[in-house]
Parts: sequence; structure tokens; C-alpha cells
Amino acid sequence: MKTLFKRTALAAMIGLSTPALASVAYVSNEKDNTLSVIDTETREVIETIDVGQRPRGILLSKDYTKLYICASDDDTVQVLDLATRKIVDTLPSGEDPEQFALHPNNKHLYIANEDDAIVTVVDVDSKEVLAQIDVGIEPEGMAVSPNGKWAVNTSETTSMLHWINTETFEIEKNIVVGQRPRHVEFSKDSKIAWASAEIGGTVHIIDVDNLEQVHEMSFKVPGVNQDRVQPVGIELTSDGKYAFVALGPSNHVAVVDAQTYEVLDYLLVGARVWQLDLDKDEKHLYTTNGVSGDVSVIDVEDLKVIKSIKVGRYPWGVVIDPTS
Amino acid sequence: MSFFTRTATTSLLALVAASPLQAESLEVQIGYLQWVPDQGPVLSNVIPEPEDAGLRGAELAINDNSTTGKFLGQTYSLQSNVADTEEAAIAAFDSMRENGLELFVINAPASTLKALTEKAGDNTLIFNAGAKDDALRTGQCHVNLLHTMPSYSMLTDALGQWLNQRRWDEVFLITGPTEADKGWADAFRRSAKRFGLEIVEDKPWTFDADLRRTASKELPLFTQASDYDAVVVADVRGDFGEYVPFNTWLPRPVVGTQGMSPLAWHYVVESWGAAQLQNRFRELAGRQMNSEDYAAWAAIRSIGTAVTDLNSASPAEIRNFLFSDEFQLAAFKGRKVTFRDWNGQMRQPIPLVHPRGLVATAPFEGFLHPNTELDTLGFDRPESECRING
Repeated sequence: MKTLFKRTALAAMIGLSTPALASVAYVSNEKDNTLSVIDTETREVIETIDVGQRPRGILLSKDYTKLYICASDDDTVQVLDLATRKIVDTLPSGEDPEQFALHPNNKHLYIANEDDAIVTVVDVDSKEVLAQIDVGIEPEGMAVSPNGKWAVNTSETTSMLHWINTETFEIEKNIVVGQRPRHVEFSKDSKIAWASAEIGGTVHIIDVDNLEQVHEMSFKVPGVNQDRVQPVGIELTSDGKYAFVALGPSNHVAVVDAQTYEVLDYLLVGARVWQLDLDKDEKHLYTTNGVSGDVSVIDVEDLKVIKSIKVGRYPWGVVIDPTS
Repeated sequence: MSFFTRTATTSLLALVAASPLQAESLEVQIGYLQWVPDQGPVLSNVIPEPEDAGLRGAELAINDNSTTGKFLGQTYSLQSNVADTEEAAIAAFDSMRENGLELFVINAPASTLKALTEKAGDNTLIFNAGAKDDALRTGQCHVNLLHTMPSYSMLTDALGQWLNQRRWDEVFLITGPTEADKGWADAFRRSAKRFGLEIVEDKPWTFDADLRRTASKELPLFTQASDYDAVVVADVRGDFGEYVPFNTWLPRPVVGTQGMSPLAWHYVVESWGAAQLQNRFRELAGRQMNSEDYAAWAAIRSIGTAVTDLNSASPAEIRNFLFSDEFQLAAFKGRKVTFRDWNGQMRQPIPLVHPRGLVATAPFEGFLHPNTELDTLGFDRPESECRING
């Protein structure tokens, strides 16, 4: 009893004190309406925060003071203040926001409205809706290139990448990819975009200068039926060495050589792996595993899974605050 | 809500901005024909079936296709007819063909479907989104006929696998009097053999009393047997089956056409993005999406996926594409669906549902197949005489 009390007290203290003490990862739990806060040192959940209904996409403001949360079933984006870990504001988002991306200007938030076939652009300071752009059915993945030039949306049922000019808010190019494109990730230099297609089982490499596909990757996980190899989240190391691709219900993460596009390894994680994020020094990769309700931690140097952390039901997104 | 009125103007502007980039345009016309014979009076008439089942799924798929099409300069339109008689259905088919339509989705009994398919010329592609009869997949195939509706045997194999993996392998089968009931029950008997189930009692339903008064008295006696693990009901039109659960002699679950059912689709399916499809459907139709809606939707989405790739609406080219390795349709069932090249049946996972929840989805792990686990459901190539692709 005594040790239990002590440990809880300690956890509570960490929770109450400024988050700067411990580096933390935030995980959105789609079916629990909560965020799990994980201490990346101890790799334990130190706090669970109640948020809006069906939280999915989460991202940090560029100054790392706020966390934006897509509360899909509340049709809103919530703003979590990282210093106090309290919801301090909401933004208009359009219906059923699922994923979003923040422009490097830290102001323009691009939100995919899954039920409405629209991308909504919101100014996070004035809360003004700057544009609503018609895209394909079930807009899902959103990414803004690090140089701020392009916003890319994937539409799942239309199976396209829509390239939106961030100055005019107009679509300039549509690229048809494999079925159910889920996620787009840009290389640090904004030259290459990686797009996953869940049902197609492919990852499409797009040359951003020419807006053309230069390569298409597929995956073969030993002992797993090909139908179950479903690429979703993608994370790139900033040194250009690796791409990590979450392969959904195959329960594996593919390690890809980001220069040659060769698959180097498949790492077994939890069930239905969704999204991934690297920690500050890119030594560890955190993955959300929807069906098993946990987060796997991968050691990037050894390419080994070193821990699984139980979180809420259907963990969806994960981001690690690099300043904490 | 005020947010939306505020942004309506923005939205409109954006809509204009995102107009088709390609100048040339392709118009894809699809015909939807529905003729569902009157089921006759049923005892369990509390919850009526929607009369536009199938039609609204077709309409949704046209919308889905059009959204994709607007980025590619392709437009889709639907000509639909819900007929009162078989003659009216055939007349509507003739008139649509005279108007130049070549792509059809048909929700009608097997006999009507066969009559229409035989009338159609070579340059026609027909999707069966209604008839579940196994004969259409095992011997009476047609080169231009595809099936998006699962067959009875696909449904009962899903149930058979589930009973097997639960180890509930002794079952009590009750079969209603209609042809459809017999078709479902025959399929189940085949599934029972495949998956090692023993049918300890195989009884036809012959009562004609109104069970709402006497179910609790009649059914316990009717289901008397020394032991069984589950009661399987074959009552396709929903006549007496709803009164079987909780009225069995032994305290056992009821599965089949009532209780827990294998279906092409049900509104409790929500994974793999299905929640979005369900939302879109509810918004369009003001009701829940069912199996007929799903089959019609899948047919028109298959056409759309082919047209996106081909930029052509030629039935022959679409048909070739649908049987090629290029074709894959994300159909909200967790894995891509494709068409069996021997009989044109769409391979698909089968959800097993009770009225308010999903129980499981077949195929189950451990039921192996050399090509795809999805072919453990229904008649596999060696079991079918059909070879529609030679």
C-alpha cells in the first residue's frame, strides 16, 4: 500500500509539475476520448487527459506551446496548452476533422474533413476560415511541405493526392495513387513526398519539383497474407537514412532505406499499427497500435522493439514534444 | 452551424477554383434496375424492409464516382427503375438499352436476372446486386455477368467457419418453406460438411400460427432435442425467425438468417473507414445501409475504379480491367476486394452481426487457402463448372 501510494504521489507530482521535467509523448485514444501522456524516460503513462469525442490527428504548434487535437465527432479542433495540459480553446474545423497539418508560418492549419470531401484552412490566431477546398471522397492524410509551398491532401475513396498551392488555396495537380491513400510525409528538404496507400499496399514516392511519381514501393512481410500488409503512417529520419512505414494489420513496421527505397527489415509491433513519431534525438520511434491498445517503442540504432506501453482504446496518433 | 453559413461563400469559391483541369470529358451512364417480388405476408412484420434497398446504394456510388471524376473530366449518371413486375423490369431494361446504356446493376430474382442477361448483347456488362442463388455461380454463369452480392454459400461458409472456431459443432437446423429458405439451408448443409458441423436435427418449419401470441409455447417444443450447441434458422424473408431467439428448448444461441447473421453489410460495420461510408449513406438516404445497398454501391464503385484507370466506359475494357491484377477496390471491409475469374463473384469478407453489434468477420485465421483466404468462402474454382474467362 505504502509503495503504491508513493508511486502514485510521484506520478501525480510529475503530472502537476511543469512538463519540462520529463520528455513526453502524446497519444490520442480514438475510442476513449482521451490523450495518454507518456514519459519517454520511464516509458510509462503519467497522465490521461479527457478531450473531445473521437480524437484522431494530433500535432504540435511550431513553437511547441500547444497541441492541436482533431475531435472528429465534435466537429472541432481542440487546443491543449502544453504548460498546463488543459484544453484552452477550440477552432472551427468543418465536419469530422480527421488529420491536419500546420503550415511553417504557424498560422495556417489545413484540416481534412472526412465526411464532407473538403479541406478547410483555418487561421489559428484569428480563428477565421480562410478557404474550403473541394477534394475527393474521404479526405484523410494532410501534409504541408517544410518549405511551406505545398499542402497535400489524400482522398481515400478517390485514391488521389491533391496538391494545394498554399498561396492561392487552389488545387494545382491531382495524382492518382493506389487504393485508400492514407498519409503523406515530406523529406526535410521538401524535394520528395512519400504517400502510403492502405488497400493498394503501396508507398508512392513523388518528386515534388515535377509533381510526378518516381517510384512505387510494395512490401512483403514473411508469413503474413499480402492482403493484410496495409501501409498507413510514415516517418522519416532527418538524416535521410531511414523511412519507417507502419503496415497496419500486418502488425509490422517496415524499415526502408530512404535513398534506395529498399526494405531493410520488418519489425513486429502491436496489432494494427497506425501512426509513428520519432523522439527528439531520433533514437526511438513510437508507434500507435490500434487494436492492441498500446504503443511500441523501437530503438532506431538497433532496429529492435524494446517496449510496449499500454494506453487507451484504439490509440490513433502520437507526437513527441521535442522541447520537453 | 453558423460556421457553415459563414463559410458557404468561401466554399463556393473553392468549388469553382477546383473545377476540372482536363478539358475533354467522358460521360459514364449506368442503369440500375430493381424488381423485388412481394414476399407475402410475414409474421414478423414489425420492422419493414426499405423499398429502395439497393437503389440508394447505387446513388451513393454515383456520387462517390463523380467526386473522383470531376478531377479527371469524367461524369457519371444513373438511370434507375424500380419495377412492379418482371415484365416491367424487362421493358425498362429494353428501353435503357435502346437509350444506349451498356453498364447495368440489377437487383432482381435469379430468373429475371438470367432473362435480362440473355437479352443483353455482347457489349454489355451486368452486375448482380440482388440474387444470392448458388446456381448462378456454379453452373449458370454468363460471360458478361458479375456478382457483387455474396452467394448463399459465401454467407453460410462464413457462419460455418465461425461455428467451427467456436467449437459449437452440433446444430439444430430450422428451414422455412420458401425457395430462398431452401437455397439458404442447402448452402448451410454444404457448409456444415466443409467445416465439420453435425446437424443433429434438420426440421422444416410448418407451423402457420401467429407466433406473437404463442411463440413461447410453440418454439420450445419445436426445438426439443437431446442436445445441440446452436440453433440455425433459414428464414430469408423474416417470417418466423425473429421469434426463435430466447424461445428454444435449450438455452442456446440462435444464428442464421436471424439472431447472429452473416451478411454482405450491416450498419454496425464501422472499421476500416466504414464509419465514413455509413455516414455518407445515412446523409443521402435517411436510413441505414444494408446488404442490397452495399452490393449496388460496390458494383458502381468497381465501374468507377476501372474508368479512373482506363478513361474509357467500354464494357469490354472495364470487364478486362476488373479481372486483371490492376484492379483493387477499397470496399471498407479491411482488405481489397477482387473478382473471381471463373464465375465473376466479388471476393469479400463477410461480417457476422447481431442487430446491435459486430460479432466477427470471416474468413477466420486458420482456414487456409493456397491463393487467398477469401476463397474459403463460397464455391472455389474446382467446385464450380463456370469458366467465364476460359
